[in-house]
Amino acid sequence: MKMSQDLRQNIPPSDLAFNFVDVVALDGQFPVLAGATLCGAKGTLTAVIGGNGAGKTSLLRTLAGLNATSRGTAQVLGCDLNLGGGQLVGRVGLFGHNTGLYDELSPRDNLRFLAKVTRNSKRAVDEALAAVDLNSRVASTPLSRLSAGQRRRAGLSAMVLRSPELWLLDEPHASLDPAAKVLVDHLVAGALRAGSTVVLTSHEPELAFFMADQVAEMAGGVVTKITRGQGGISDVS
Amino acid sequence: MFRDAWAILVKDLRIELRTRVGLWQVLPFAAISLILFSFALGPKASTLAHGAAGMTWVGVLFATFLVVGRSQSLEMGTGVSEAQRLAGVDPAGMFLGKAAAVFVQLLAIEALLGLGAKLLLHMPIERLWLLVASSVLATIGLAAVGTLYGAIVAGARARETLLPMLVLPVLVPVLISAVKCWQAASVSKGLAIGEWLSILATFAVVYLAAGIILYGQVQESQ
Repeated sequence: MKMSQDLRQNIPPSDLAFNFVDVVALDGQFPVLAGATLCGAKGTLTAVIGGNGAGKTSLLRTLAGLNATSRGTAQVLGCDLNLGGGQLVGRVGLFGHNTGLYDELSPRDNLRFLAKVTRNSKRAVDEALAAVDLNSRVASTPLSRLSAGQRRRAGLSAMVLRSPELWLLDEPHASLDPAAKVLVDHLVAGALRAGSTVVLTSHEPELAFFMADQVAEMAGGVVTKITRGQGGISDVS
Repeated sequence: MFRDAWAILVKDLRIELRTRVGLWQVLPFAAISLILFSFALGPKASTLAHGAAGMTWVGVLFATFLVVGRSQSLEMGTGVSEAQRLAGVDPAGMFLGKAAAVFVQLLAIEALLGLGAKLLLHMPIERLWLLVASSVLATIGLAAVGTLYGAIVAGARARETLLPMLVLPVLVPVLISAVKCWQAASVSKGLAIGEWLSILATFAVVYLAAGIILYGQVQESQ
């Protein structure tokens, strides 16, 4: 918590990607954050760890503007979430347990659709598919017929295509083979190099401490401890 | 808005072409309902011809619920709806695109049911332009209302039964006007149709406007 206060004092507000102070957030009528305090500078990686039900996913969804905030200061990319999450549209990407893609369409068709609505080119679609190592056969197969790992890669390719300012990754290494886990690390490193901010959740504390600039521990919908990480992700070429 | 609408329309029709739910499930259902109505009325050709317009449009109404339900179910899967919100898809464009896809599918179903009414129920067609114009206007209304209400009930547990309960009373003016227009199209002259066409046009415009304005709020409240 002290680290968050230090960060707030040492960094101009305009350089903070997100700034949560005592945030209470609701999913419908149900409180999912019970006074969470955390902030992160632009271009940094924050890892969130904690047990099941600690509030990690809820924190990401709140950062994305998908959960309503009912108390506290909640600013993301300069937008006040207490005024609604609509201002974040197009600037935040959330990669969770769901792919956010249409099961009936292939990864390529999904990305082509996404490219149209986000004003990206067809070339960007091919580049995004290549970035997650989806070969042309897999990229042309309906999502419903792909393995869990391939679906995760397809979901990640959508994030690559959109390249949002704030990447929110909910257990991005889950259901992936070792090679794909390395691929995720490369994508995260690339996003950070491009100036994006990344917040990810993890069930692997050692990995989180190694990769992240700061590690937030959560329990019961609040951030209980913030520790400086090793920032090892920046060494990933 | 129109760019997003076009993208949604192409995407929904592409999914329909891939899965063919409309072809193998909705169309047979509508055709069977038309045949069952004709069985209920008996074999007399004049009775069938007289009731053909009504039977066809009740069949179209039933098909509307299936097409709209299918259209909304596409957006319910695997976090799609939230992903599109975050990607910045314009809700008005989303509404227009989905309504347009429903419109195209319903119009295809109407064309085939109309053909069935002509061949099986001996429905005479004297003014084809009226048949086409009224079908287009009525289908815009059906697609707009269905898409808007489909989104409203999308988050409800009993959405499959809730949708017809909410939408049927709203669609009564469309049903009556479309049937009147089709009946008028079956005679060469005599029946005034201006008022019925006006009702269909007004209904279509009002619900298209309502959908464009309200769809975003409906999505956010889910």
